[in-house]
Amino acid sequence: MDLLEYQGKELFSKHGLPVPVGKHAPDAESAVEAADQIGYPVAVKAQVLIGGRGKAGGIKIASNAEEAAAHAEAIIGMEITGPHGEGPFTVGELWIEEGSEIEAEYYASVILDRAAKKLLVLLSATGGMDVEAIAESDPDALVRHHVDPVKGLAEDEAVEVARKAGIPEETADQVAAILISLVEIAKAEDATLIELNPLAVVAGGKVVALDAKVTIDGNSLFRHPELADLADDLGGDPQEEMARRKGLTYVKLDGDIGVFGNGAGLCMSTLDVVAQAGGRPANFLDAGGGARAEGIMDALEVITSDPKVKAVLFNIFGGITRGDEVARGIIEATERSGIDLPMVVRLDGTNSDEGLALLSESGIDNLHYEKTMLGAAEKVVELAGGSGE
Amino acid sequence: MSIIVDQDTRLVVAGLTGREGSFHGLRNREQGTEVVAGVTPGKGGQDVEGIPVFDTVAEAVSETGANTSMILVPPPFAAGAMDEAIDAGIGTVIAITEGVPVMDMLDTYWKARDAGVRLIGPNCPGVLSPGKANVGIIPAEFFEAGPIGVVSKSGTLTYQIGNELGQAGAGNSSIVGIGGDPVVGSDFVDVLALFEEDPETEMIVMVGEIGGDAEERAAEYIAENLSKPVVAYIAGFTAPPGKQMGHAGAIISGSSGTAQAKKDALEAKGIRVGKSPTETATIAVEVLGG
Repeated sequence: MDLLEYQGKELFSKHGLPVPVGKHAPDAESAVEAADQIGYPVAVKAQVLIGGRGKAGGIKIASNAEEAAAHAEAIIGMEITGPHGEGPFTVGELWIEEGSEIEAEYYASVILDRAAKKLLVLLSATGGMDVEAIAESDPDALVRHHVDPVKGLAEDEAVEVARKAGIPEETADQVAAILISLVEIAKAEDATLIELNPLAVVAGGKVVALDAKVTIDGNSLFRHPELADLADDLGGDPQEEMARRKGLTYVKLDGDIGVFGNGAGLCMSTLDVVAQAGGRPANFLDAGGGARAEGIMDALEVITSDPKVKAVLFNIFGGITRGDEVARGIIEATERSGIDLPMVVRLDGTNSDEGLALLSESGIDNLHYEKTMLGAAEKVVELAGGSGE
Repeated sequence: MSIIVDQDTRLVVAGLTGREGSFHGLRNREQGTEVVAGVTPGKGGQDVEGIPVFDTVAEAVSETGANTSMILVPPPFAAGAMDEAIDAGIGTVIAITEGVPVMDMLDTYWKARDAGVRLIGPNCPGVLSPGKANVGIIPAEFFEAGPIGVVSKSGTLTYQIGNELGQAGAGNSSIVGIGGDPVVGSDFVDVLALFEEDPETEMIVMVGEIGGDAEERAAEYIAENLSKPVVAYIAGFTAPPGKQMGHAGAIISGSSGTAQAKKDALEAKGIRVGKSPTETATIAVEVLGG
């Protein structure tokens, strides 16, 4: 789960990591109020979960209330597309922050290194821009330090990292303290990524986190109720929102073939096979292990609420999931909702014969059966009317 | 032979008295696994259809000689259950539980490594050695003993490929689900090394998916260390490019984690990659026959 900048900064404040003074503003009116309280100049910053906001016009400096109001009104509702084509995301809220005189920009992050199975601290004396490019062109400029899984990051190690990265003497102690704080926050809040880009030196030589990218491990939310509440506010696509409320893993895609699979791997593989058959999947939906009739009805409801969907493919290989349960879910959902889209069912694994028998006894005429995954993909592409272009 | 679980496996199930624990523990027993004990704190002295339940893993080990533990307890307690098994001297810990916080796994991973314990999972379907033992939730009835080792990040996709292999007439030495979480006890390379040493395994099918760089590291490892042929499958070519959060991920792995990047890395080392589960099985059978 990714946090918005303001949510990340509020988390930093809680743990004593220095951030500029700022306030969250859900609308233009409260943005001006916040700016008045903070004092001008202020930065009016769009809160969206992608990089490249500044370039897209999502960050503006206001030197008085009129400007603050104008910027806030312009930015709220703005559509921002990420540098890699992500989105577009509509700006729904703002972060109003004291304007900072920036003397220097560093880059600092802590990330879970999956390969090393350790937290990794990254630090560069050059920040605020494309660090990937720096890492490539001048690898020594980006210092990498693995955190000992037992001892954590010791003070002398943090100071050494700052020295190696070429952080000037006068800010090195502050930067070292921030690195230690990053590791502590990652552990305490179950963050798999915290990135400060830039970590800025502002007036008076104070080092502050000017931006915040934070990813929280979704599996840890049971012990962070306050972060779990934030997840409900992230908004987004209506189908994705509906799926989240129903506890389903759903990702919206831009095609017209609804896909229902069990298990993330099989579901991804199903999308690939549908694409190979010339079709365009409308979604990824993993019903998970042990899906029962109720869950299948929820899933079908989410999939078919996308008006683009012309046909639905069920690809189930039962392990924990039982074929007869899946069949009952499909029958009940179809009967209750009156879904008349063509649906292709491929059932294999635990109790699949019982499931197929139930489906054929049901007499629902928009259901089609296929024995193999490839056959099912080809059938659903045909029923959706070809490539969907 | 076969790897990780076999006829010498003596299984203790953490969470045997729970719904999932009893269902799968008993199923594993029906499939021929020696299930010797269950552990549920506070329920010591009870039994589940004849399987004795103990309060602690240590008691289960000393009373029954358990050497393998299956973890089927809810996520908040899963890493603790793994730690307890490691402390009790269990040699192989197989964690099925889905949803374990990754910070918990960072600690438990190193604890297992330091103790020399083989940890599989979490969030995995377990390990099946057809005809010998099944520890986990893999539907054993779809697999037969044979020469192909399978190692996979995904559960249901493994069943799909195993089933296709079976229909093509090839059985399996062992099927190992390593789990798809960011930190798992054993990576592809750990399991590939075991298959290389296993005389019953003639070739290996590796099933990966998008995210991380375990497949890229496996490609390097295979090229340098394996004599047995490997055929791979990668899921997720049509997955949407995730929204980019920060740069640190791509910097440290040097990989974008996409299916294409993984396929390219494998093919660059001469490893054939199937386009679909069906094609992967076809290639595997062809490699085995050739």
